[in-house]
Amino acid sequence: MDLQPIHHEPTTFVKKYLFTTDHKVIAKQFLWAGLLFLLWGGLLAMMIRWQWAYPGEKVPVIGDLFLKESGGAITPDLYPKLFTNHGLIMIFWAITPMLIGAFGNYCIPLMIGARDMAFPLLNMLSFWVFVLSQIMVGASFFFDNGAAAAAWISYPPMSGNIGTPGHGQTMMMAAIFVTGVATIMGGINYVTTVIRFRAPGMTWMRLPLTVWGLWLTSVLNVLFVPVLGSAGLLLILDRMFGTQFFVAGANATGTGGDPILFQHLFWIFGHPEVYILILPAWGIVGDVISFFSRKPAYWYKGTVIALIAVTVLSAVVYGHHMFMTGINPLLGQSFMILTLVISIPAEVLFLNWLHTMWKGSIRLTVPMIFALGTVFVFGLGGLTGIFLGTISTDIYLHDTMYVVGHFHYTMAAATFLGTFCAIYFWFPKMFGRKMNPMLGKLHFWFSFIFITLVFGGQLVVGYAGQPRWFFDPYQYTFLQHLQDANIKTSWAAFALLFGQVFFVINFFKSMFAGEEAGDNPWEVGTLEWTIPSPPPVHNFDPIPTVYHGPHEYAHPGVLEKMGKDWLGQDEAFDGIELSASTDEKVAQGA
Amino acid sequence: MSANADSHHHGPVDWPQEEHVGEITAGKLGMWIFLLSDAFSFSGLLLAYGIRRGASDMWRCSEELFNQGLCSWLERPEPELGINFTAGLTFLLICSSVSMVMSYAAVVEKDMKSAKMWLGLTILGGALFLCGQMQEYFGTFAFIFHHEGLIKEGLIFGQSNYATTFYAITAFHGMHVLTGVTYLTVMWIKMLKGHFDDGNANMIEIAGLFWHFVDLVWILVFTLIYLIPL
Repeated sequence: MDLQPIHHEPTTFVKKYLFTTDHKVIAKQFLWAGLLFLLWGGLLAMMIRWQWAYPGEKVPVIGDLFLKESGGAITPDLYPKLFTNHGLIMIFWAITPMLIGAFGNYCIPLMIGARDMAFPLLNMLSFWVFVLSQIMVGASFFFDNGAAAAAWISYPPMSGNIGTPGHGQTMMMAAIFVTGVATIMGGINYVTTVIRFRAPGMTWMRLPLTVWGLWLTSVLNVLFVPVLGSAGLLLILDRMFGTQFFVAGANATGTGGDPILFQHLFWIFGHPEVYILILPAWGIVGDVISFFSRKPAYWYKGTVIALIAVTVLSAVVYGHHMFMTGINPLLGQSFMILTLVISIPAEVLFLNWLHTMWKGSIRLTVPMIFALGTVFVFGLGGLTGIFLGTISTDIYLHDTMYVVGHFHYTMAAATFLGTFCAIYFWFPKMFGRKMNPMLGKLHFWFSFIFITLVFGGQLVVGYAGQPRWFFDPYQYTFLQHLQDANIKTSWAAFALLFGQVFFVINFFKSMFAGEEAGDNPWEVGTLEWTIPSPPPVHNFDPIPTVYHGPHEYAHPGVLEKMGKDWLGQDEAFDGIELSASTDEKVAQGA
Repeated sequence: MSANADSHHHGPVDWPQEEHVGEITAGKLGMWIFLLSDAFSFSGLLLAYGIRRGASDMWRCSEELFNQGLCSWLERPEPELGINFTAGLTFLLICSSVSMVMSYAAVVEKDMKSAKMWLGLTILGGALFLCGQMQEYFGTFAFIFHHEGLIKEGLIFGQSNYATTFYAITAFHGMHVLTGVTYLTVMWIKMLKGHFDDGNANMIEIAGLFWHFVDLVWILVFTLIYLIPL
């Protein structure tokens, strides 16, 4: 049976760029869609930061354009819509399509040596269903009463008909359901492709860490997004059809529902979601650090085991989001211990990355510094998380800006820098041209310094007692002294936005006028760099045979005989002492 | 041909042949992963049902409770679910699973005549199940069963958790049956056109996986929603 036929390049515009089944073009489509919504979500964030710095004052530019009715200021009615849509858009329509949609699609077939995804048609469908959900998000702003306003967690009763009337919230829940369908379609495709379409010799223990991260993420997606779908469906039934799954208070009369039920269903999905977003970034960072330290990834097997351990543990810790909801103390303690156990595999990952760099010939390229930035901010996020995972400290910190700072370090800063690490690293392969390193470094320093300051500022004011979600915190005398800190934090956020200009210039300029990249500009050994940039429609001709793991660097024998410090995964080399990442038995068999 | 020799041609690649992957086709693997995913969406709904039911003091407002005035928001008591009728439907669905296997086996043996008959019977079983559900909800076939359907008897969607979870979960399953019947009908048309005459039953097997899953979930739904006594 023909597993991987060679398709001819489509000739019409529609089939080549719109309704395409080529995973590389679908990846770019996801990238564009994600970047667009990243900008949207980012602008919403700037409006929130403006509100916390100068409540009630006219918002520059945006106020003139969109907020004429209120004289340019953010109203109490608008404010919850801002943070609700900021959160949802960033998670479901910016980070997910870029890290998983774009780089999952781009990297998986190229890195495992396949000609396309297992189900190309399903892949196309996944993207267009995703676009439908984006349109639904856009449409949710145009209903009476406006867009969704129940925070990204959409807890009832806030997300019920009484808390947030109007069809905007319903539309948003439906959009989440639809994007969930797209995610599951993508997930089924990724999982199948990695299991079934690896090139000859590409054993599990020779997979690049990027593929490991994306594969584990897809497993989590396939398992837990449906639970969110169920919760969303029940909430839509409550809002539209008069059911009472989540309507509180009526229980004593024998019917009616329970808002806590939503919290359970939501976090069964919601906690794995945190790792869904970060696992691909961890994989990418693990590869990139090894590539640019010119050393094999330290204890590759351990990294893989740690990634798997995090994936498994992520499914059994969701209760730590509900310590303050009123949870059985024994259950709370169990969730606390399981939560803190995650720091062990996370520690393994961090130590392995540090060990990989130890005594390496580090090349501080743009992807490398973004990878290091990712490690740093995730470290901050992880360390601040310990205090939220511990019940006794969580009681004080719950629902403060400290929580906001913490999860932004992990879910926002780390995935943001990780995504840009991936963009800078694979841009030459995607578009055939190099990006400008000077602009890239400017972009990095602006992003890294200010993203650290923004979320650091949130940790500080949160520790000082500022609750999250307050429209105007300075109505309370005990918070008034925090306005200074908030203003500084806000200006750090504005500088962060400004820094993205360097990326936009660099991205478009390099796409059309960058230096020709050649096949392998970074001198690395994974399979996607053995083929032309950009790759032909069928990727590989012929399908390569794999002999080594992804990180064969600085081997003296290779240096002596071939005059280079790296070895491609598809290059046979006699007499090489294989590093820990390769499986000797299979290597000889191949 | 070894994997190595293959890689120099443009043809198929037989990798991987590892023990845990074996000869499974991508389509079959994809279906298994989808079924796993779908199982989680059912478990989301069933969890909600279990938690609501476990927490409630009164699940169904029976005639006795109604007469005691314990459910004043209802106009009339809520009916019991017709276990005997639905047990019949369950039996029908299990039979259709058997005929699905018979059809698959017939394709493997290239006995296309029986394959067409068995697959047709499977589709018929699924369609009858859907008709049965319509009878159960709306009393569409009241002239046969002399039963006017749960809605007319006072089980209204949205009036209580008992009614709501019942309709949400059985209708969600019903949509799966409808999908399955459509899916199998497409396969049946392919079969009539001679698509499986070469004995390659892969696509039939994949469709069968979905159909068995729908049956299996129904057995869980039937047990949890209908059989657990009030």
